Amino acid sequence: MSEMYKVAVIGDTASVSGFAALGLSVFRETEPDKIKKLISRLAASDFAVIYITEPAAAMVKDTINKYRSSRLPSIVLIPAVEGNTGDGMRALHEAVEKAVGSDILN
Amino acid sequence: MSRVARLNVNPTRMELSKLKKKLSSARRGHKLLKDKRDELMRQFMILIKEDRQLRAEVEAALSEANRYMAVAGSVMQREVLETALMLPKQEVELEISEKNVMSVSIPVFDAKFKTDDSSDIFSYGTAFTSIDLDGAVMALSDVFPKMIRLAEIEKACQLMADEIEKTRRRVNALEHIMIPDYEETIKFITMKLSENERSTTTSLMKVKDMVLKQSHNYH
Repeated sequence: MSEMYKVAVIGDTASVSGFAALGLSVFRETEPDKIKKLISRLAASDFAVIYITEPAAAMVKDTINKYRSSRLPSIVLIPAVEGNTGDGMRALHEAVEKAVGSDILN
Repeated sequence: MSRVARLNVNPTRMELSKLKKKLSSARRGHKLLKDKRDELMRQFMILIKEDRQLRAEVEAALSEANRYMAVAGSVMQREVLETALMLPKQEVELEISEKNVMSVSIPVFDAKFKTDDSSDIFSYGTAFTSIDLDGAVMALSDVFPKMIRLAEIEKACQLMADEIEKTRRRVNALEHIMIPDYEETIKFITMKLSENERSTTTSLMKVKDMVLKQSHNYH
């Protein structure tokens, strides 16, 4: 099995443009409906990792949660240009809470 | 919350031995699942620790890249900036392999770049672009390996959290429902059987008495 997978970045133009230089597939999208469709489309094709900015992720939480327990893709929250909202860290705490039964970090 | 329920079975020796077998495999399963849960938990905590640290590093690096980008965006025209980044020289592909952690299959990502030359991240000439754009692209390029590892770890954490939750539920079901139910039913059948035995003994003694009385006029 040596199929190659791709990496996507979703978010507002200012936050994601730089990733284009690295050769990632950049999607400048800020509307919830379009992002939802986009994530479903990417997940169904050969995208293994999707980086999404925290503000964009906040609008499509349900869609992202849907992929939490599937093997691929891995959807990772990254801070947008406006700054870090802490949502990415919060997702980590949620995973701990699910596993342990309570949030034992801090 | 105590709900020990007796199972609906006939109080026979056959059922009793069946239940005893079930009880012993339930106990064995409980022990195994508990070990599995503990080991999963141990590995999960290691991953979470790494995840936390890595996420902090990635977020810091991305904030820095974003700062550069904001400056670049303010000194350059938006269109020029976009055009500069439009045709990347570099291309990233991921090779995925599997890792098995306590029967949880976790994807492992290996990023392959089209070109090895690190200067290939600059897809533009430097004449019309701000130096801050270079900084932003460089910062992103530096943090990218960490971002790939982060994607890997976060997925692993999510999958393991799911598996731990499932295993914990199974352990609890065995510990608090199935095992007590089996024990209760075994106790009930044992009591019922010995009661039957006693009543048989009693009636036998009675019959014996009657027979003796009839044939020999004994008291």
